[in-house]
Amino acid sequence: MIRWTVWVPLALFMLFIGFAAYQLTQPKDEFIASTMIGEPLPQFDLQPASVDRPGLTTQDLRDGKPRLLNVWASWCVPCVAEAPHLEALRRQGADIVGVAIRDRPEDVARFLANYGNPYSRIGSDDLSELQLAIGSSGVPETFVIDGQGIIRYQHLGDVRADDVPVLMRELAAAQ
Amino acid sequence: MIAVRRFLKVLAVWLAAMAIPVAAQDSMPPAPYAYNQLADPQQEAAAQDLMETLRCLKCQSQSIADSDAPMAGDMRHQVRTRIAAGEEPEAVRAWLVARYGDYVSYAPTVSKTTWPLFAVPLLLVLLAGFILWRRLRTRS
Repeated sequence: MIRWTVWVPLALFMLFIGFAAYQLTQPKDEFIASTMIGEPLPQFDLQPASVDRPGLTTQDLRDGKPRLLNVWASWCVPCVAEAPHLEALRRQGADIVGVAIRDRPEDVARFLANYGNPYSRIGSDDLSELQLAIGSSGVPETFVIDGQGIIRYQHLGDVRADDVPVLMRELAAAQ
Repeated sequence: MIAVRRFLKVLAVWLAAMAIPVAAQDSMPPAPYAYNQLADPQQEAAAQDLMETLRCLKCQSQSIADSDAPMAGDMRHQVRTRIAAGEEPEAVRAWLVARYGDYVSYAPTVSKTTWPLFAVPLLLVLLAGFILWRRLRTRS
């Protein structure tokens, strides 16, 4: 008669295998969320990325009005997909400021001519400095900034139709 | 002879393939300190050590020292300029961890979520030692 306890290590091992197998079937979450939610924006002064919109400074985002800060680039494919949804946000009254990552003025101009310009300001971030400072890990990402320049919410990836009401709600909550 | 010629032919094709530039994510030149070392070898060594333990955010299984992603280049630029300005490597790491969480750092730290990783092996060794000790004692 074998004692039942000899099976304990095997059972533990099978449990481990089962857990590992389950984890392998789960889709990998590629997004890294910013840990700057609730923190103020850093000091920055971005040059205009486009001829017909001013650049972007910290002061522009501290005038009491909450805004969406969209981190994007003309070379970013999902940014094309989100363009109509940013336009929908603008029509619903959102003030959207853009931060163009590693971009050239002529490419920005071409992108805006092709896909629309929902931005009231666009700053250029050629060394991804502001992007790193706010904990953004890619393009596109959309942050909700309250009237005091504090980061309130982060949307990772492109904005889709379902995200529009969520962002409007977060924007209203940041009043 | 034929083997040599075949080898040269293969080599030529291979080199031609290597010369085709990989489609870049953007057309901007890399950040000044993405591929340039710091003038001070001590600072460069400190920056290099740090960059090898920081995770690339775009290519998550590589360090920023290993990655050619433009964002990794911008992170190297950030690390090198901060080190050149006299910041301690651990202060630079802390700055990034404050923005991206523990995820950005490859250096293991004991925190309220990671302590089991350190505690479990220790417990297992203690348990194994205890079992061994009991067995040896009963045998003798």
